[in-house]
Amino acid sequence: MAVTGQDVLKVAKLASLAVDEGKLDALARELNSILGHMEELGKVNTERILPAEGLSSGGQRLRADHGPADALAHAPADFAPEMRDGFFIVPRLATHEGSSERTP
Amino acid sequence: MSAAASPDYEMVVGLEVHVQLKTRTKAFCGCSADFGAPPNTNVCPVCLALPGALPVLNQHAVELALRAALALDCKVNATSVFARKNYFYPDLPKGYQISQYDRPLAEKGWLTIGELDDGTPVRVGITRVHMEEDAGKSVHDRYAGATAIDLNRAGVPLIEIVSEPDMRSAAEAGAYLRLLKQILSYSGVSDVSMEEGSLRVDANVSARIRGATQLGTKTEVKNMNSFSAVERALDSEFARQVALLESGGTVTQQTMLWDGAKGETRASRTKEESHDYRYFPEPDLPPLVLDMEWVGRVGRAIPELPDARRKRMIGEYELSAADAELLTASAGMSEYFEAVARASLDPKAALNWVMGEVSAAVNAAGVRIDEFPVRPADLGELLRMVREDVVSHTAAKRVFARMVETGKPAAQVAAEEGLQKVGDDAALVEWIDEVLRENPAEAARYKSGETKLQGVLVGLVMKKSKGRADPRKVNQLLSERARV
Amino acid sequence: MKPPPRAPASAAKLLSRPLTECVACVREGAALPSDLVSAAFDRADDIGAGSESLNVFLATDRERATEHAKGLTALIGRAEAPGNLAGVPVAVKDNIATLDMPTTCGSRILEGYVSPFEATVVRRLRANGAVIIGKTNMDEFAMGSSTENSAYGPTRNPVDIRRVPGGSSGGSAAAVAAGIVRLALGSETGGSVRQPASFCGIVGVKPTYGRVSRYGLVAFGSSLDQVGVLARTVEDAALGLEVIAGCDQFDSTSADVPVPRYELEKNAGLKGLVIGKPREYFPERLDPRIAQECERALDAYRELGAEVREVSLPHTAYSIPVYYIVAPAEASSNLARFDGVRYGLRVPSERGLAGMYEATRARGFGPEVTRRILLGTYVLSAGYYDAYYKKAQSVRALIAQDFRDVFASGVDVLFTPTTPTPAFELGAVKDPYEMYVSDIFTASANLAGVPAMSIPIGDARGLPVGGQIIAPHFAEPVMFRAAFGLERALAGELLPGEKSA
Repeated sequence: MAVTGQDVLKVAKLASLAVDEGKLDALARELNSILGHMEELGKVNTERILPAEGLSSGGQRLRADHGPADALAHAPADFAPEMRDGFFIVPRLATHEGSSERTP
Repeated sequence: MSAAASPDYEMVVGLEVHVQLKTRTKAFCGCSADFGAPPNTNVCPVCLALPGALPVLNQHAVELALRAALALDCKVNATSVFARKNYFYPDLPKGYQISQYDRPLAEKGWLTIGELDDGTPVRVGITRVHMEEDAGKSVHDRYAGATAIDLNRAGVPLIEIVSEPDMRSAAEAGAYLRLLKQILSYSGVSDVSMEEGSLRVDANVSARIRGATQLGTKTEVKNMNSFSAVERALDSEFARQVALLESGGTVTQQTMLWDGAKGETRASRTKEESHDYRYFPEPDLPPLVLDMEWVGRVGRAIPELPDARRKRMIGEYELSAADAELLTASAGMSEYFEAVARASLDPKAALNWVMGEVSAAVNAAGVRIDEFPVRPADLGELLRMVREDVVSHTAAKRVFARMVETGKPAAQVAAEEGLQKVGDDAALVEWIDEVLRENPAEAARYKSGETKLQGVLVGLVMKKSKGRADPRKVNQLLSERARV
Repeated sequence: MKPPPRAPASAAKLLSRPLTECVACVREGAALPSDLVSAAFDRADDIGAGSESLNVFLATDRERATEHAKGLTALIGRAEAPGNLAGVPVAVKDNIATLDMPTTCGSRILEGYVSPFEATVVRRLRANGAVIIGKTNMDEFAMGSSTENSAYGPTRNPVDIRRVPGGSSGGSAAAVAAGIVRLALGSETGGSVRQPASFCGIVGVKPTYGRVSRYGLVAFGSSLDQVGVLARTVEDAALGLEVIAGCDQFDSTSADVPVPRYELEKNAGLKGLVIGKPREYFPERLDPRIAQECERALDAYRELGAEVREVSLPHTAYSIPVYYIVAPAEASSNLARFDGVRYGLRVPSERGLAGMYEATRARGFGPEVTRRILLGTYVLSAGYYDAYYKKAQSVRALIAQDFRDVFASGVDVLFTPTTPTPAFELGAVKDPYEMYVSDIFTASANLAGVPAMSIPIGDARGLPVGGQIIAPHFAEPVMFRAAFGLERALAGELLPGEKSA
């Protein structure tokens, strides 16, 4: 499964990473070279193997339904790039100009 | 074109219902899950997705999710797995939502939404019940050109209840939703308020020629803010699809948004193909392995569900099926009724009052029954006072009104307002004489034998006594005065 | 009444003594924590730890460290227990959250970011009297094996400044190797503590997955990540691990398993211990000097009464491909939170929110992080999940089974080289995959979740060589027992009754 420049572009979109058009092919070559080594795994028969999921055995420990949450030593305003009236501020989504639509 | 004009097509509906669980804290951190705090104040390293923060699951959220699953007759999976659903959105702080994917908490349940004329139950299959976390809130209309993000809601625990495509009309979908809401409310799983956003509905709808076994291409309809909006949206979207199909077109699988003002659905501007959520098992949370004995205890502790309560109340309080149906529409109202019935020892009166005065007052005040200032024990006391003739029925309504205003107990209000029945001859005679004095013409005609005026005069005395006078005695004393 | 302090010990000298001695002096009032802190900073200045030479630290805070040290002195004055690391200066890798200094993970995207909460391991260090003196340089988001991938310039190896210290915990390894601190925290995903420990000639421990809380460790590959310790001696490492280990209410993957006293293994001896020598870790192309030092170590084991048994871990060859699917996949998701919305770098864009995301992340992440995010996103994307991610997790299960099988066969610990080569020169390894192969002997332990450590066993052409000891889950005590014995044997120190055969 050779990765193309277009694949890199698609993946970069999914990962919200701007990639220079000029670098797409070089990145594709790099990924192909790395993924080429991954093809080794095809040699292993894993038909009856359950994929590893979580190394801790015995399941999940649960917490009781009460606080407090771990405290913040300083408020979000101290680290947020932009805040107004207690809200984090981001550029408005193009799909939301004049609507209250929300994706997924 | 309306759906009714296309008898050849049948509507096929499946619903995805998101329900906020009634926990004190969020799903994966100890922050308060309450609404209404100033923006970004119920937040911590975990729900802000600060570098290095990790989720730890709330046991009560699991318990409530299990209650819902068991109330819907689902099979609970002894091991379920959390997964990450990856996408970028500014109110999704981690860049992924913790959800469950191929191994949900519970599967394969059902809900009986009614019965056919021949008594066959109409069942809607429940595909799955899984746990997930809510996103934050994006406010798009507060600042020009900017979206404001509040993460107070981020990480609040939800369950998603996915139904099979078993509903065949908007009315069936409505019945399913109303019943589901009742069950979740009765079992204490959620506040199930669409207004507050603790219940949200997305609908998958398709059209097919009646009798066909294959499903048509479906669309997903979102953005409905009430059950009736769901019903209208379904009818409208079905009509749109039928029109398309009849004109030789095909339905495109896409997300449609309901526009309540225009009464139509329109295609969402988000692209379907851009959704590649790259689900994979959440490595920060080991598989959820349930102690099935605990699951059993959770199941046994589920409060009585609406169907069982209706049947029991019909037997216990000799209610009609219709009254029982009305009373049990809300868990809170039926619990209120039962408490009043027990306190007053008079289920008939309790029924009349709860359906009449109480419902009216609750609606007028716009509060939930559990916030209503007149507690069932106090109303029971008032009804007991009526039965024991301490207050008249008329006065009782005034006492009740004051109880609603002040929250004080019935006896105290009756005493303070002087609304106990007055049976004392001297006081009654005084009111009667006053009435006769103030209405000399009627008094004269009455005394001259026009006995049909007796009712009018008694009414006037009752009015003067502000309802406190004992009418039986007034009648008796008035007849005596006439003979003087 | 407090007894008059005994003659002050030289703080500078104490820094070169074992931690137990150092802590005892502090407790008895013979040394002041603030003097130890000063000595560490002086040593850093003398050795040239600054960015123009070794480039060990991304941040230090002498003032705050001195303040903490003075608070500790007050505590001792009130005869309160100052903890097992009283007055010990500690360096902490920059992907572990601290309140005092920024936590940047060696990345532009977190430049200047000061965490409003502290990692559990840091809280435990502080509760035990340790003083955090600085945050150490690292490969950006721990992605690398040389510390050349830091956005703030590479760290150099104190043994030979033309060479890399290894990575990604290169700054922490250099801080210990240069004698600035006796103890440092690093983090592991595929060998990031053991490999730099090996390159710098010190001890590095990766505990069992779940042994140490990850709360406050900035995630790279969540199912692999574990905080580890770097120290000059096995005993110091044992003391350090004991302090940071244990269950944590803020980490669902931390294990509720009691923490033993690892340093008690010091005098346990090697008699009867079965050491497995996995043949897959001694390939023919292994650097002959490294092979030779390993054989010398195995001979020492035999001499002190341990049995060396040749064993096989048949799926070893797949550890690198599996690792470089699983770790980037998890990383691609873990690093999604760096979106410029709530903290860290934000690069505005004319293309609205989507443009802001893309510009911020493109500018904020370096080339290796970008490469791995793309790789990880690709292997999780629709159509490739089964072929890559699911396949890798299946082979991972086989790798874990290899370890279970070999330990079930009666082997107590495994002994292997830590790295296939000694420290290489800066800029020498250019091909990404060639760099990935540095983890060839270490990544398996992360994939299986078992504990492993590297200890210095000799040198190859003047460069340190590390030997790796791998133990079963939560069997750190036997791992330390094997390490103590080897350390002693190589130093020519014998326990009473321990005789060279």
